[in-house]
Amino acid sequence: MDKNISFKLKVWRQAGPKEKGNFETYEMQDIPGDTSFLEMLDILNEQLVDKGEEPIVFDHDCREGICGMCSLYVNGHPHGPATGATTCQLYMRRFNDGDTITVEPWRSAAFPVIKDLMVDRNAFDKIQQAGGYISFNCGGAQDANAIPISKVDADEAMDAAACIGCGACVAACKNGSAMLFVSAKVSQFAVLPQGKIEAVKRVKAMVRKMDELGFGNCTNTGACAAECPKNISLNNIARLNREFICAKFKD
Amino acid sequence: MWLSKSSVGRKVVMSVTGLFLILFVTFHVLMNAVAIISPSGYNAVCHFLGANWYALAGTLVLAAGFVIHIILSIIITLQNKKARGNDAYDVNKRPKNVEWASQNMLALGIIVVCFIVVHLIQFWYRMQWQELNGTEFGEINPANGVAFLDLAFSQWYTLVIYLIGFAALWFHMTHGFWSAFQSLGTNNNTWMPRLRCTATIWATIVCILFAVEGVVFTLRANCPECKAAQECVNANCGDAEPCTTVENCNAECK
Repeated sequence: MDKNISFKLKVWRQAGPKEKGNFETYEMQDIPGDTSFLEMLDILNEQLVDKGEEPIVFDHDCREGICGMCSLYVNGHPHGPATGATTCQLYMRRFNDGDTITVEPWRSAAFPVIKDLMVDRNAFDKIQQAGGYISFNCGGAQDANAIPISKVDADEAMDAAACIGCGACVAACKNGSAMLFVSAKVSQFAVLPQGKIEAVKRVKAMVRKMDELGFGNCTNTGACAAECPKNISLNNIARLNREFICAKFKD
Repeated sequence: MWLSKSSVGRKVVMSVTGLFLILFVTFHVLMNAVAIISPSGYNAVCHFLGANWYALAGTLVLAAGFVIHIILSIIITLQNKKARGNDAYDVNKRPKNVEWASQNMLALGIIVVCFIVVHLIQFWYRMQWQELNGTEFGEINPANGVAFLDLAFSQWYTLVIYLIGFAALWFHMTHGFWSAFQSLGTNNNTWMPRLRCTATIWATIVCILFAVEGVVFTLRANCPECKAAQECVNANCGDAEPCTTVENCNAECK
């Protein structure tokens, strides 16, 4: 059994998109180490509701690291200090008794704060709608092995497809760039024969949409890949650049 | 034009100009090395790169490379600042595996630019510019590069400014080198460690060689014997092209 810890929680509170936000400090007492970070926030919210105060708003859904809904910038890292894990997979045993834990929302012009720790990540959906798909006619699915695909390509595509679209890359990037997300969404199709058909159109449309939505220019710091809960590789950004440059030269 | 309108295109321009500038500093450091090995050979290089049409054309292309790289970097930084939003993080930590240089490229670039301004005043203005105008700085033949080296490095602060410039250049180049290949799309998991390693080795060789040259020039400029020899060369040769070495006072002029 993990031992219980007590700590200070410094949380960003913001009443609405246009309101001015500020930090509020809460004292947390005797939280068991095997409590997940989101469960800890649930405990705090119950205490706040009991006191008649407004609970803290934060995004969450599956709580098992696959949906990409949870966010939170914990102690200077998106999804907290753990690597290769989302906030919902972060446990309080990572923190020490007497710590001050700072919790902030993703901060990026393209991800405006809706309330408290919840941000609007619709921009990612818009990029996906611009070209993050493959078109095919409905009907009976053909045999999975009808088109030969090398193991290397299949693995590369699968690793890129592991992106859950949480936005940690944008949050971690000092430039507010969405390149890691877009590159993963381009790469998951670009290396497969099914995706090659629309590859040129896809990469141009997705990059155009990304720029249009106000994401920054990538300067290859690598902070995105270092903080990505799904360990998406910088390799994908090089592929996105390659696909885009080749597409433009084809024009 | 996609090179200026799209974020990927802008980075392509940064990469191409950056790689061009890396080639330039590499050429420059090798040219300086000639001054250590053979001062007369160095003067011959200075003469070759005077106010000739090919040297001037080269200067214009080089200046364009610098201007595009610098102006675009400022535009990109302003766009990125805007994309970051108004509220800064209260606590923000640099993740492991993220180079310090990569997050401070603008600051490093500004230090390099400040150094370049000093460097241009000390050398380019006194050499190619004077030759272009048909004038001379301090009655020294514009092609007498060795004399300008002595003039600049006889000041103690010159070496300090240069070493700061080289240190900033090292950091700037270690990131810029592999980053350029990444932006051009010619990178993958196999090449990433190779490019990063090459970047460090390349930048280290260039910057150490620059620093060694600076130290040698400072020692030479501040050694009375060398100074006397140089004065002797200047006195003997006047406007004629000096073809002598600093070490050898009695050598003849052309």
